[in-house]
Amino acid sequence: MTESKQSHTAIIQRSLARRYRAEKRFRAYGLMAITFGLLCVALLFTDIISKGYKAFLQTSIQLNITYDADVLGISDLNNKQQVALADFQGLVKKSLQARFPDVTGRKEKRDLVSLVSSGAGYDLRDRLIANPQLLGNTETLWLSADDDIDTYYKSMGDENGAFTGRTSEMRQGWIETLKQDGDIKLGLNRVFFTHGDSREPEQAGIWGAAMGSLFTLIITLSLSFPIGVAAAVYLEEFAPRNRWTDLIEVNINNLAAVPSIIFGLLGLAIFINFFHVPRSVPLVGGLVLTLMTLPTIIISSRASIKAVPPSIREAAIGVGASPMQVVLHHVLPLAMPGMLTGAIIGMAQALGETAPLLMIGMVAFIVDIPGGFTEPATVLPVQIFLWADSPERAFVEKTSAAIMVLLAFLIMMNTLAVVLRKRLERRW
Amino acid sequence: MKNTHKLAIAGAAMALSMASTTVFAAARDYISIVGSSTVYPFSTVVAERFGKSTGNPTPKVESTGTGGGMKLFCSGVGSENPDITNASRQMKKSEFEMCQENGVKDIIEVQVGFDGIVVANSKESPLMKLTRKDLYLALAAKVPGADGKLIDNPYKTWKEVNPTLPATKIEVLGPPPTSGTRDAFAELAMEGGAKKFADLAALRGSTDEAEIKSLMAKLGIPAGAFNAKGKKVFQAVAQAIREDGPYIEAGENDNLIIQKLEANHDAMGIFGFSFLDQNSDKVQGSIIEGIAPEFDTIADKSYSVSRPLFFYVKKAHIGVIPGIDGFLAEFTSEKAWGGDGYLAEKGMIPMPAALRTEVGANVLNQKPMTADGLH
Repeated sequence: MTESKQSHTAIIQRSLARRYRAEKRFRAYGLMAITFGLLCVALLFTDIISKGYKAFLQTSIQLNITYDADVLGISDLNNKQQVALADFQGLVKKSLQARFPDVTGRKEKRDLVSLVSSGAGYDLRDRLIANPQLLGNTETLWLSADDDIDTYYKSMGDENGAFTGRTSEMRQGWIETLKQDGDIKLGLNRVFFTHGDSREPEQAGIWGAAMGSLFTLIITLSLSFPIGVAAAVYLEEFAPRNRWTDLIEVNINNLAAVPSIIFGLLGLAIFINFFHVPRSVPLVGGLVLTLMTLPTIIISSRASIKAVPPSIREAAIGVGASPMQVVLHHVLPLAMPGMLTGAIIGMAQALGETAPLLMIGMVAFIVDIPGGFTEPATVLPVQIFLWADSPERAFVEKTSAAIMVLLAFLIMMNTLAVVLRKRLERRW
Repeated sequence: MKNTHKLAIAGAAMALSMASTTVFAAARDYISIVGSSTVYPFSTVVAERFGKSTGNPTPKVESTGTGGGMKLFCSGVGSENPDITNASRQMKKSEFEMCQENGVKDIIEVQVGFDGIVVANSKESPLMKLTRKDLYLALAAKVPGADGKLIDNPYKTWKEVNPTLPATKIEVLGPPPTSGTRDAFAELAMEGGAKKFADLAALRGSTDEAEIKSLMAKLGIPAGAFNAKGKKVFQAVAQAIREDGPYIEAGENDNLIIQKLEANHDAMGIFGFSFLDQNSDKVQGSIIEGIAPEFDTIADKSYSVSRPLFFYVKKAHIGVIPGIDGFLAEFTSEKAWGGDGYLAEKGMIPMPAALRTEVGANVLNQKPMTADGLH
């Protein structure tokens, strides 16, 4: 008897050690999985940030600009025709030639002028229109450098040496002179946050795409949230349980897993070809993304309605509430935090989507910042895609910077979802 | 009761669709451009400058690929259809006919310049001196074997293709079949290489049924591939790129190909000249037929793998959509497409001055194109 008891304990003790070991291993696997995930995220972030942080800086060159009426060919600032035709880039040319008087030869002069961004003329035009008294006077200005100069100047400290592929030795000499005189500097790149897209990297900004995303998401939210919640409430609270509702449920779950490009094709066929909504506008983008996010919102709303305990409904009916009152006064307010969380996650998904927008023409080059729902626009992820595809080297850092902006928005939205849930959630 | 309800709903739906049609069919005030991803970087620059300097809304430019752009462009006249389509090859006869059928009658063809296609590798590796024949032998699905019959491509290294080349593995990253760059590469480099074989060249030139059949038998091409035009049979053989590994489809993103070339020094990549120009510290363009891909060699056409770039304008839209004539004037101005113009700065190879004058005059007179000379 005692013998067998001893042997039992021995067996248990032996197996105990084994079970402890197994548990430790099991935990280690979990820890490894998390470490691996974190490592990947860290790698991704370091890569993006190390590539992209320079895009927030911009090289500029200090010049004395004289608003010479003869160079501009302007006699009357109120004459729109004259201002439109005026050669503002000529002011930059003149100023640079005054700075480097020993540059002769056609090609050399052209090289010299292209130190400064080709958009500088438009900036000067806008300045002159805003301050007419500048005509005939001189001011000292910091003007954006051309993207080739910007790339070269930023890469000067690199271990592999600066990128000189598109910057001739002569231009390097001029930059050296400017540097010694303190007339070239790296400053905050305001253009990146205030301008629309451009084919000149130094004039390209994210603001147009951000506004496009905003308009698109407003449409998506204002359509998909009410429709999604109404569908969820009906299915959960009023619909009879039969074959038809089962079929609808299967279909909704199915739609949530359909590749998003399909919604783009659907949008092209229905909204553009049938209803003749114009291509490339936030309205049509919002409609397509509504189709895409609806299943997500319906599913999460149904889950949060289900989580409201039946006792609350029964109590409300018990004191004489009508079914509609039960829903509006009790179920919806209690389910709202969960629904909002679902909606925000759906919106975050819609914000990062490019594939369905390909079909409806929102993958496009759009310079003007959209001012409404029916003006052509593009969205943040599409902007990233377009920049990643551009040949100019300076767009590589712009791409990473745009990814950072998009990630910041996504983190903000997801944090909001977590905070809302923590704040408003009730447990029973 | 029920019926009236249904009627009311149907009526509302119809009213809604009609209302939306009338609202959205209202005039568009910006130019809409679609088409080739190769012309896109140049078209966008002009669009942006045009918008900034004239105060008109900046034209909207979509990159849909040449074929996709033609489809949209030829789907009809009216503000819901694009005004201009970009193309990295000339409009096909079938596309012209599709346009005509859908009421797009007068089309103005504008050739804007050239683009070179380069075969490049990492700067760490030796510079390659290739011929079009080497490229054909290295990349074609079927090549002439020892007995003159076509066999599955047996070559694994560049040295097997041509003894003067290094003994590295053939590994070429290039665009997928949807890309205009791929079409142009197949036409210019692969066909150019295949022509160097006497039988294939004879097949290309032949329109005689008996001759084509005997050549096909000699080359071992199955009789099912017969076409009354020997050129079609030739193209099917010459343009087929091998699918057994050495040619790797790397997607439409040329920056990605450059990154991969940096990582893998043995690999070669196929992409447009402007990407070589922007990354000359990382990659080098192989010399093809003794000529290096440079701005000047592409401009004077001595570099063999180069192609013309076009865009097409709907004449019916000029004067209806504001700014099209202004956009055309900007694109065909010397400061844009000229030898020292800003498009050259962006990597487009300008046309010779005489051709520029000719095309410019056609644009100014809005001379519509005809089906003559289209393929």
